[in-house]
Amino acid sequence: MAVHTGQSVAKAAGDFEVARGRSRGTGKPPGGLRRSLSTHWYAWAMVAPVVAVIGVIVGYPLVRGIYLSLTDANERNVERNIGVNHLPATYEFVGLDNYADALTGGQFLSTLGWTLVWTVSCVGLTFVLGLTLANILNRRIAGRSAYRMMLILPWAVPGFVSVFAWRFLYNEDRGFLNKLLAGGGIDAVPWLNDPTWAKFSVIAVNIWLGVPFMLVALLGGLQSIPGEMYEAAEMDGAGPWQRFRHITMPGLRSVSATVILLSTIWTFNMFPVIFLLTRGGPGEATQILVTQAYKFSFEISPRDFAQSSTWGVLILVLLMIFAVVYQRVLRKQGDTW
Amino acid sequence: MRRGITATALVATLALAATACGGDEESSGKSGSGELEGTVTWWDTSTVGSEDKVFKKLAEDFEAKHKGVDVKYVNVPFGEAQNKFKNAAQSGSGAPDVIRSEVAWTPEFADLGYLAPLDGTAALKDEKDFVPQAAASTKYDDKTYAVPQVIDSLGIFYNKKLFKDAGVEVPTTIAELKTVSKAVKDRTGKTGMYLRGDDAYWFLSFLYGEGGDLVDAKDKTVTVDSPAGVKAMEVVKDLVDSGAAKTDATDGWENMQAAFKEGDVAMMINGPWAIADTYAGPQFKDKANLGVAPVPAGSAGQGAPQGGHNLAVYAGSKNLDASYAFIEYMSSAESQARITTELNLLPTRTSVYSRPEVAKNEIVGFFKPVVDKAIERPWIPETGSLFAPLVTEYTKVLTGQTTPEKGVRTTGDSYRELLKGWK
Repeated sequence: MAVHTGQSVAKAAGDFEVARGRSRGTGKPPGGLRRSLSTHWYAWAMVAPVVAVIGVIVGYPLVRGIYLSLTDANERNVERNIGVNHLPATYEFVGLDNYADALTGGQFLSTLGWTLVWTVSCVGLTFVLGLTLANILNRRIAGRSAYRMMLILPWAVPGFVSVFAWRFLYNEDRGFLNKLLAGGGIDAVPWLNDPTWAKFSVIAVNIWLGVPFMLVALLGGLQSIPGEMYEAAEMDGAGPWQRFRHITMPGLRSVSATVILLSTIWTFNMFPVIFLLTRGGPGEATQILVTQAYKFSFEISPRDFAQSSTWGVLILVLLMIFAVVYQRVLRKQGDTW
Repeated sequence: MRRGITATALVATLALAATACGGDEESSGKSGSGELEGTVTWWDTSTVGSEDKVFKKLAEDFEAKHKGVDVKYVNVPFGEAQNKFKNAAQSGSGAPDVIRSEVAWTPEFADLGYLAPLDGTAALKDEKDFVPQAAASTKYDDKTYAVPQVIDSLGIFYNKKLFKDAGVEVPTTIAELKTVSKAVKDRTGKTGMYLRGDDAYWFLSFLYGEGGDLVDAKDKTVTVDSPAGVKAMEVVKDLVDSGAAKTDATDGWENMQAAFKEGDVAMMINGPWAIADTYAGPQFKDKANLGVAPVPAGSAGQGAPQGGHNLAVYAGSKNLDASYAFIEYMSSAESQARITTELNLLPTRTSVYSRPEVAKNEIVGFFKPVVDKAIERPWIPETGSLFAPLVTEYTKVLTGQTTPEKGVRTTGDSYRELLKGWK
């Protein structure tokens, strides 16, 4: 079917050229939309449900969010339907005021700073760990499949379950980690109660959660590199480091480019780890952009929908800029991504 | 767990909506014969494992009395209930019929239009009997939006055995609290006190003790960043820094109860709602081991906040009549007496205090005078919004991320943003 549509696109384009070249008596070129509808009605009919569903579940909230970010909506002035009472919306359009406030105030920038530290350290360390483990597991070692199973385990457990488990482990007085340390004669560590330790703790949990994905993706990449290349390199006298540097790394390029992009977007918006572990605390030490946006919308009172949407739109813009820049860089290096 | 509760509430509401569609008689909550019927979904916020059992039992007794009414009991964690109710109430789906609303939430919910006025309904029986302090938070804009369920305040809970081992007496001032803590540490190796660091309600008695307050509603002034506010932050910070008290930035309630019940700390500041749970701890198998005393005084005197819970009806409820009847039953003198006997919670009806089983209750005997002179917060819609900005700064001060001065100043700034036009 893909081939068929491809052909008809080419054919339609050809027809259009001909039509324009010959210039009919009316002097008006036929509507491109109507022509494409009559030629491709079947394809349009097939994609219509998907377009409609995406429009409803992605498009509407997105447009609504952007709209709210341009108003002063909060829970006191939005529309409310309570039983028979109907309270109409009274919020007003304020233009770009919310964006100006967010970008000039200290809160957005300081939260963004920590979000970047969090994202870079999580993605960087997860990638390095995943790559190391993938290389180890790519060899023939005893019990390889058992190791693989165990390493995928964090992925198999639902995220919130493992985060709650970690929260118990981290508990300062009753947690397993501090009991273990006490056994070794080490003082209790305030895992989640000290701002610096809390930052360390949330990063550690996110790495623990993220390694299996990296591992599986990179292992797949490693197995697609032909063994002959390593043999040939070995014949030519290349050492292990040279083989890794010049065969493994280039061979993994396309896989690692994708997993780093995905992992960056996921980590940047990693709501459950922060929210369930520290709720952004102590104070606001581990608050990332998305948990702060949630806080505006659901935790403070009166709930500030406008500011929350503003932060949401800013997050979207930041990630889009990142994706575009990342793609450019890769393309410049010769990747057809 | 959150999802579970939402799902339950949703299912309950769907069931409710389905039954309510049956006809006009049903949607009013009364059948042709005048009998109440239908479903009443109740969001309770009491402590799971101790308080909830008694409230659930009361709800079942109500069902037995009104055969046609089905009470759906849902326990929503106290810390989440305020926002959960606002979310559900605003969208109009998934909201309960009856909510156990904390005193500071009630004017806020009423102001947002989420609560049904109760004046002249069956819910408000013997209105004059309610303790005036308890009834104050149920009034908003000259209407009554809730019925007081329990009233409370804060006191200092102490482990008598640990105090005896350390050879100390109950502290009456902050300075004494520090020496007592030190003696406990030196002689028993236990920590003196547990201080909630993740909930700013526990900061109030220190703030009042220095003569401060969050806001002054009469003069429309924000007072949290006054010198008294700074002093109060310094006091709590010093308690934690000097090791007299320990604290946590997360899971404070669980950690506090666990530490006190197991005898790892000798004191905690808490209210009557913690009594039932505390008695369940290994240290308090002998209930006489638990001592309760007024909160230690600061430099300006002794002060504890007045708190409590009300029962309110959601304005969008499909079953108002049954909800009114349910609230009336839950806040009746008989029910309150039972709650007091089983849970040591303080009744909100004057007549209940003179009942013999309540009059001889030691906890009530202690807390009643405390409540009588407890400091009442202004019952304005924003009172329920004052803790969110404060707790962030409070935790920051305790974990050394900001200074007491900066902490209260930031809090004051957010209050002025919240209370438009206040000084």
